[in-house]
Amino acid sequence: MSFINYAQREIILKIVYYGPGLCGKTTNIKHIYQGTNPDARGKLVNLETQQERTLFFDFLPLSLPEIRGFKTRLHLYSVPGQVFYSKSRRLIMKGADGVIFIADSQRARREANRISMEDLKENLDFHGYDIDKIPFVIQYNKRDLDSAMPVEELRQDLNPEETYPDYKACAIAPEGPGVFETLKSVVKQILRELKKTS
Amino acid sequence: MVSGQVIYEEEHDRLKDICDRLVRDALAKAIFVIDTDGQLVTETGETEDIDTTNFASLIAGSTAATGGIADMLGEDRFPVHFHEGDQNHIHVSVIQDALILVVIFDDRSSLGLVRLRVKRAYREMENVLNNMQNKQEDDDHEEPDIFDDISEEELDDLVNDTF
Repeated sequence: MSFINYAQREIILKIVYYGPGLCGKTTNIKHIYQGTNPDARGKLVNLETQQERTLFFDFLPLSLPEIRGFKTRLHLYSVPGQVFYSKSRRLIMKGADGVIFIADSQRARREANRISMEDLKENLDFHGYDIDKIPFVIQYNKRDLDSAMPVEELRQDLNPEETYPDYKACAIAPEGPGVFETLKSVVKQILRELKKTS
Repeated sequence: MVSGQVIYEEEHDRLKDICDRLVRDALAKAIFVIDTDGQLVTETGETEDIDTTNFASLIAGSTAATGGIADMLGEDRFPVHFHEGDQNHIHVSVIQDALILVVIFDDRSSLGLVRLRVKRAYREMENVLNNMQNKQEDDDHEEPDIFDDISEEELDDLVNDTF
């Protein structure tokens, strides 16, 4: 649900990073923070435990160039991935304009990916969203690991009909291949959606 | 017109006027109006040392978490909550599950005075909110379409120029 403030001439779009625990949601957001011009980014907020696991959410505001005189801002949020934080995930999904699902490519996390995807669908449904209608992208992260499953297998589990754009990534690498491609893809989908409904 | 939360100029100005009066009447340091999804609607008072974007997001997160606790206890909501610090205190009220009114005050004021002044402002903000929602539901209401004639190439440039 985009937020348009005509008085401030401002459009704000909320993008949520979703996925199982330790899949790399926070790492994606940190990479985006580090790779974005300081003029175009705000302060990165991490609400995390002493063990550096996300407790509630990460938050990063970014600015896009103006559209027709309107400042366009992206608010990136990540949810806590651990299974028992389901209530928090549901709260953070409220008002999302687009969702990025980060899958952990390791074979050992196959079931965790599936469970998280089901959890996402339930939480989207709770807020009245349809996963096939909301701008949605999947990222297969940790492609650098020896234990990474072939993308075809991950796709079979999470995107069998290839309904959603999907990207390979290695968010922890210094150049973070796939991180910005994933974000750009969901932003373009959101903007196209806004254009369609205007 | 796009779907989603829309703040029109008229309602924004009315909210700002209510906040300007409230900050004076309550002897407050600063007032914020934030939508429940975490976007700042308007602000007034001593806000220059506050990262308002992050503040709005954290207040919305905290308010959502408080609402989650209320739900677990069988309450519809906790419409008002209060944080007491050594020097600064925060009074938070949720207006119709859509807007959050935040009053920051220090020892120049008191919780009693803030609560009293917020009550009146709250009712006025409810009226503004109702007006805003009616306007949004009114198909005849015209505002400029931002995305109407934007091309696919412009959308690509917008994204590629940023990252």
